[in-house]
Amino acid sequence: MRNFWAIFKRELAVYFTSPMAYAILVIFLIIAGYMFSSTVSYYAFVSLEAARNPYLAGLNVADAVLNPLFANLSVVMLLMLPALTMRLLAEEKKSGTFELLFTYPLRDIEVVLGKYAAVLAVFAVMLGLTATYQILLAFLGKSAGGVALAGYLGLFLAGAAFLSLGLFVSSLSENQIVAAVVTFGCLLLLYLAGWSSAMIQSDLGKVLTHLSLIEHFKNFSKGVVDTTDLVYYACFIFFFLFLSLRTLESKRWRG
Amino acid sequence: MIEVTNISKLFGQVMAVKDVSFEVANGETLGFLGPNGAGKTTTMRILTGFFPPTSGTVRVGGKDVFEESLAVRRLIGYLPENVPVYGDMPVTDYLNFVAEVKGLGRAARKKAVGEAIENCGLEPVAGRMIRKVSKGFRQRVGLAQALVGDPDLLILDEPTIGLDPQQISEIRSLIKSFSGKKTIILSTHILPEVSMTCDRVVIIRDGRVVATGKPDELSAEMSGGSRLRLRTNGPDREVREKLSNVSGVLDLDAKPAQEGLTITVERGDAAPARVAAAVVQSGWDLYELTPLAASLEDVFLELVTRESGAGAEEQGA
Repeated sequence: MRNFWAIFKRELAVYFTSPMAYAILVIFLIIAGYMFSSTVSYYAFVSLEAARNPYLAGLNVADAVLNPLFANLSVVMLLMLPALTMRLLAEEKKSGTFELLFTYPLRDIEVVLGKYAAVLAVFAVMLGLTATYQILLAFLGKSAGGVALAGYLGLFLAGAAFLSLGLFVSSLSENQIVAAVVTFGCLLLLYLAGWSSAMIQSDLGKVLTHLSLIEHFKNFSKGVVDTTDLVYYACFIFFFLFLSLRTLESKRWRG
Repeated sequence: MIEVTNISKLFGQVMAVKDVSFEVANGETLGFLGPNGAGKTTTMRILTGFFPPTSGTVRVGGKDVFEESLAVRRLIGYLPENVPVYGDMPVTDYLNFVAEVKGLGRAARKKAVGEAIENCGLEPVAGRMIRKVSKGFRQRVGLAQALVGDPDLLILDEPTIGLDPQQISEIRSLIKSFSGKKTIILSTHILPEVSMTCDRVVIIRDGRVVATGKPDELSAEMSGGSRLRLRTNGPDREVREKLSNVSGVLDLDAKPAQEGLTITVERGDAAPARVAAAVVQSGWDLYELTPLAASLEDVFLELVTRESGAGAEEQGA
């Protein structure tokens, strides 16, 4: 446990003593802020129109602001999170610090979990800062508390899943760029896996839909917390952390 | 402290270490000597548990390095060749991290880090980022991280490589200050380093151990006889003729006698005495007669060349 904390603290310190975390945080917040302000402006515009056009009545904040905002944020995360995970193990291998790290009396699982927890913490800060939007909405009297909470849970789980895959890919390569590109590619493919279900009517289509990262996120952004989705993300994270651990252990017999 | 039994390591088709065995006693300083690419680093990585040998066993403090990996790693302080320390951390923070992963409690950590900084003379750079300190300090940070937690066994892979002479002598005296207190294995391809710091030497070449022993024993064993340097004013041809008739003289080199020629004689005091008598009785002046100790360098070169010669013969047959 002490070793886990040691790794966790070191990783977190590296993120925040280098420009890396700040760069990613700032860019993420600028993009997220822009998305939020344009959805809110659009909602305000549509609300005014609704006064004249009865067909538009019945719009609410959850449908018109939160749902599209969460969907957009998930895409931004897909683009940016690989940049957070790419260095986790690839950098250690490239710089040779790997050799010292694995001759210290540490268990591999402590290394994997420590590093994962650290990157998860950076991501939590990133996501947590966008919660100000909800405060702003509440201030305007347009809060949709439950939907917002479900949406944030969904975003956090989806992000945690992205990070677990990123950690695994970083354990395979010693090149950070390769790690980032492969992570991004894998995430995008998994994200879009549901597309082909429109074409494939068989069970394969259903399987692909269930594998898709976005399909499981859709419920959350609508304010629905379904155990199917919770289990999906939990399995996804567990699977990739397990693979990362195995990759580290494999060096003991691969030589 | 360490028993290495018949370890071999195969990288794909390449045999990096072949059937190496040696033992290191408690408190001993062992020099691991060999040309670049001889398998020193591979052997050290096996000792530290970084990867397993293809065959053979390594026991440190009675425990198998792979069966009880964590327990063994607690005993070892390791300095890899390129000093892979985290450049993006300040020196003190880094040492504190190392102390933490080595399992030291908060109070013990503070003390251990303080001692390591003091022992390695790191006070001037304690708060600096590691990537910004000079090569000499970086090397000392590497040594400090190995020393943190007071391990019984230090494994140092080329600890003085790339340093200037001043820094080399500082690091050497630091290593010497632990001799007797800790078991140390250090690898090097610099010969004087071994005779200066080590109790015992293992010479390794092409992944095999070619000789083991104390530095001076090795020197004595390797040279068939003792060597003398002789300078006299006698005419070259006559001196040679005279000397080759003296009993006990085994060999003469080609240098002229006025400049000093090297004579190989049987061991003991009798042969040099006869050489001196022969020169004086012939009426020449004896300017110099010095015994030459075979240096470790001679031993090393001899072993390396002899081995390759033998290898060639084997292949021919």
